[in-house]
Amino acid sequence: MAHSTPYTIAFAAGVSIVCGVLVAGSAVALKPRQEENKMLDQRKQVLSVAGLLNQGEALAPAEINSRFDQSIIPIVIDLKSGALAPDIAAATFDMQRAMKDPATSESAPANDAKVFRLPKHALVYKVVEAGETKGLILPIQGYGLWSVLYGFLAVGADGNTIQGITFYQHGETPGLGGEVDNPKWKSLWPGRRAYNNAWKPAIRVIKGQAGAPDADPHSIDGLSGATITSNGVTALVQFWLGDMGYGPFLGAVREGRAI
Amino acid sequence: MDKKTKGALIDPLFNNNPIALQVLGICSALAVTTKLETAIVMSIALTLVVALSNTAISLIRNHIPGSIRIIVQLTIIASLVILTDQILRAFVFDIAKQLSVFVGLIITNCIVMGRAEAFAMANGPRLSFIDGIGNGLGYSLVLIIVAFFRELLGAGKLFGVQVLPLVTEDGWYTPNGMMVMSPSAFFLIGVFIWILRTYKPDQMEKE
Repeated sequence: MAHSTPYTIAFAAGVSIVCGVLVAGSAVALKPRQEENKMLDQRKQVLSVAGLLNQGEALAPAEINSRFDQSIIPIVIDLKSGALAPDIAAATFDMQRAMKDPATSESAPANDAKVFRLPKHALVYKVVEAGETKGLILPIQGYGLWSVLYGFLAVGADGNTIQGITFYQHGETPGLGGEVDNPKWKSLWPGRRAYNNAWKPAIRVIKGQAGAPDADPHSIDGLSGATITSNGVTALVQFWLGDMGYGPFLGAVREGRAI
Repeated sequence: MDKKTKGALIDPLFNNNPIALQVLGICSALAVTTKLETAIVMSIALTLVVALSNTAISLIRNHIPGSIRIIVQLTIIASLVILTDQILRAFVFDIAKQLSVFVGLIITNCIVMGRAEAFAMANGPRLSFIDGIGNGLGYSLVLIIVAFFRELLGAGKLFGVQVLPLVTEDGWYTPNGMMVMSPSAFFLIGVFIWILRTYKPDQMEKE
């Protein structure tokens, strides 16, 4: 069936408008729900790395929020100086966005974690119990084998003892590098030390098995069959604990400043 | 149900399976079948997209100018896929996170486009809808079978529940590492096609 050119153009325009309205309408209508899901997911990750959420525990959104509000205080810090940045509202600060925006970030020096941009400010979470700071939760990210791993590292109030680690987004090989999600492997982290005696980042994922936390405080068992992911985890954890990352902040924490 | 409707619904399962006979939609069959849960959500998403795109295209089939036929089909399919993706992200966030880009990639799934062009352009909306459901189910069948074996043999689990106790957790089962990698889906689909064609020799290609 032959159609005239004006008909064809009008038809194309009509289809475009109908589809455009459908897509835009759904995006706008569902956005609040999606944003809420994203925030809840982040909060869940923070709670789980803080040890406030048990493995496999399913919580209603209201419970997640109340537990989060009860014991977690988000704070914004100046990454370079390690000091608090009280003039930036923590509730609305988006670290991922700040990292991409040229106005609030700078290009990072070459590093093994393959972090290309460093934000000026970072969002960390304080774990509080009865008014006392129990730990600090630091967002971390870096390259593994296939993908950027995004996660959190929980460090004690001494700025050195590791309390936990979790990755909430990555695209590593399931069953190999994907084992960074394995609760058993994650349980190897708490109790180890992030820094050596000279306060340089020392925690690393080794090949093979590490000893007990007391005897071997800086090593974590390697993920078998996933050397590159293991090295990536070492690189990204050391990067964020180092001078370019949270090093200055944790230094200030140890000296009793900052928090 | 008359014969034609029944055929449109049942044929794509075994007689004219989109993956096994037409070998379409292989890409996502490799990617989302490491777990049953993701495979099932993906199956539902694809089935809905094929059924709805078939219906929509069939409704306007007599008005689509032939010269822009394909792009009109693609626009409709793409809109439905985006809609599906948005809904998944709003209501089953955890699964949407695991499916990541593969929901978006339904747009490029040849099954959807193939049914639109081969069936919906020539048949009425009701029959096209049934045909979409049928082909979606045919795809789902293969996806779920593949995911069943991959999750069971690769992780010793079904629907995330440990059924074969792993050696690493003091059990007896050593997981098959290859099953979690994409090539194993090829082998499983190959075996599925082999079994199917043994029972239905007419599906074999002429030499």
